[in-house]
Amino acid sequence: MVDALTPSAWLLAFEQALLYPALAPLLVGWVRKVRARLQNRRGASVLQPYRELRKLLFKEARVAHSASPLFRAAPSVVFVATWLAAATVPLLTIDLPIAVVADIIVLAGLLALARVFLALAGMDVGTAFGGMGASREMMIAALAEPAMLMAVFTLAMTAHSTNLGSVIAQHLGDAFILRPSYLFAFAGLTLVALAETGRIPVDNPTTHLELTMVHESMVLEYSGRHLALMEWAAQIKLLLYGVLVANIFFPWGIATDPALLSLAIGLGAILLKLAVLGAALAVAETVLAKMRLFRVPAFLNLALLLALLGLLSHVILEVGA
Amino acid sequence: MNLPALPLLQQLVVLLAALVLFLSFVLLAQSRLVSAIHAFAWQGALVAAVTAVVALSGEVHHLYFSAGLTLVLKALVIPAMLHRQVRGLQLERHTEALQRPTLAIMAAVGLVIFSYWLVLPMVAEELAFTRNILAISLAVVLIGFLMMVVRHQAVAQVLGFMSIENGLFLAAVSATGGMPLIVELGVAFDVLVAMVLFGVFFFQIRESIDSLDVDRLNRLSETAEIAGEERP
Repeated sequence: MVDALTPSAWLLAFEQALLYPALAPLLVGWVRKVRARLQNRRGASVLQPYRELRKLLFKEARVAHSASPLFRAAPSVVFVATWLAAATVPLLTIDLPIAVVADIIVLAGLLALARVFLALAGMDVGTAFGGMGASREMMIAALAEPAMLMAVFTLAMTAHSTNLGSVIAQHLGDAFILRPSYLFAFAGLTLVALAETGRIPVDNPTTHLELTMVHESMVLEYSGRHLALMEWAAQIKLLLYGVLVANIFFPWGIATDPALLSLAIGLGAILLKLAVLGAALAVAETVLAKMRLFRVPAFLNLALLLALLGLLSHVILEVGA
Repeated sequence: MNLPALPLLQQLVVLLAALVLFLSFVLLAQSRLVSAIHAFAWQGALVAAVTAVVALSGEVHHLYFSAGLTLVLKALVIPAMLHRQVRGLQLERHTEALQRPTLAIMAAVGLVIFSYWLVLPMVAEELAFTRNILAISLAVVLIGFLMMVVRHQAVAQVLGFMSIENGLFLAAVSATGGMPLIVELGVAFDVLVAMVLFGVFFFQIRESIDSLDVDRLNRLSETAEIAGEERP
């Protein structure tokens, strides 16, 4: 797959990267729609997040007097870092030059960069909520990151590479194998994804209650296009984790060559997988209640334990002597 | 052991064994007694499933019988008995948080690594396919011991004891293709008798110290002596 370093392959990678911001609001709209249906509401159209983004982008951006230049720069940094991180995750095809350049550790680093700027922006204006949200976000991130890396290392040990493309290729190349380590890594990574994208057991993306909000309290001071970028970045992050889980653990259908037909199959497959995943997320959000903030460490502890067990069961059960 | 080289049924055994280990962790950290009993029942069901799959893949017919016995005893009868006792002692809503849950879990992870290191020479012999599960079953046994050490509640300690038995059974099934049936029957009924005795003990402990927190047994004699000295 290293022979992909040609201009056309880069073009393909670029187009795939463009798909992320284009698809992200759709996933959010889909999750909201399914959730509304489960709660016996009709719900807004699945295109509503696009309309919200458009509305925000054309509105005037107001900035507090006490804000520093960092406050204005943060939305762009958060958006670009999240987008770049997303671009390293194979969406349609594993045959991408960017997969050679950037592996999973780069992905974690870019997400960490976005998070640092988000937290800094939350603290910048000096309101109580911003600082509170930033500290909560940092607590969750500090606990979620080791779990995520541990889960990913479990996969990397099977594929002998931290490169996402090779991990997926390895999984695709094998016949059907029941790997306990994949099961544990899947469970761990799902828990991490719920925590990192601020979905319901950890954080509620739709409330503005001061007791519960994490992400919302950091972007409380933003308006207009700044807010649009922040929200869009959050949506891309959700899509990123969705694609990560879907493509690593259920890679079937992803294109292994740059032919147009297999790319179309890849697009159809990932849309189907994301629809199922989004529906599952909506069901989980309807069934589960939000936990208290001080229960979050226990939740992420479970994620770390699962990832650790995945690593151990790989060593004990799958490799052996 | 090279997992891709194994047939699908044996891979299933490995997967189920890993889940048994996970349930040991759940048992260790579960604070609600009733949920812990459920976790124990699931562990028993998984051990029974391992037995059945080993029987299926190795065509060892008497293992079907022990799988059924395990399922009935460990997944149905004993959990139901425990449940009844918990209801009798009015402990349904009882929660008992570990003092340092993270530390206990990390100790258990350490035990898993230790047991792997312990069985490594055996695994290096490359014997039967299930030899690697020996590490898992040893870990289940050790985590059961750990659970009996760190828990204060008598019912939780009994659950630890029972999960030790699960680990032993897993080891027997995976390493040797099952014990002789007569031994197995004996062990199974010993466990059942132990369960009945535990029930009696629960009520005895409850009678004498008005709680099932075993740590209070330490203090009992001293306070009685002090009270006895002061009274005259």
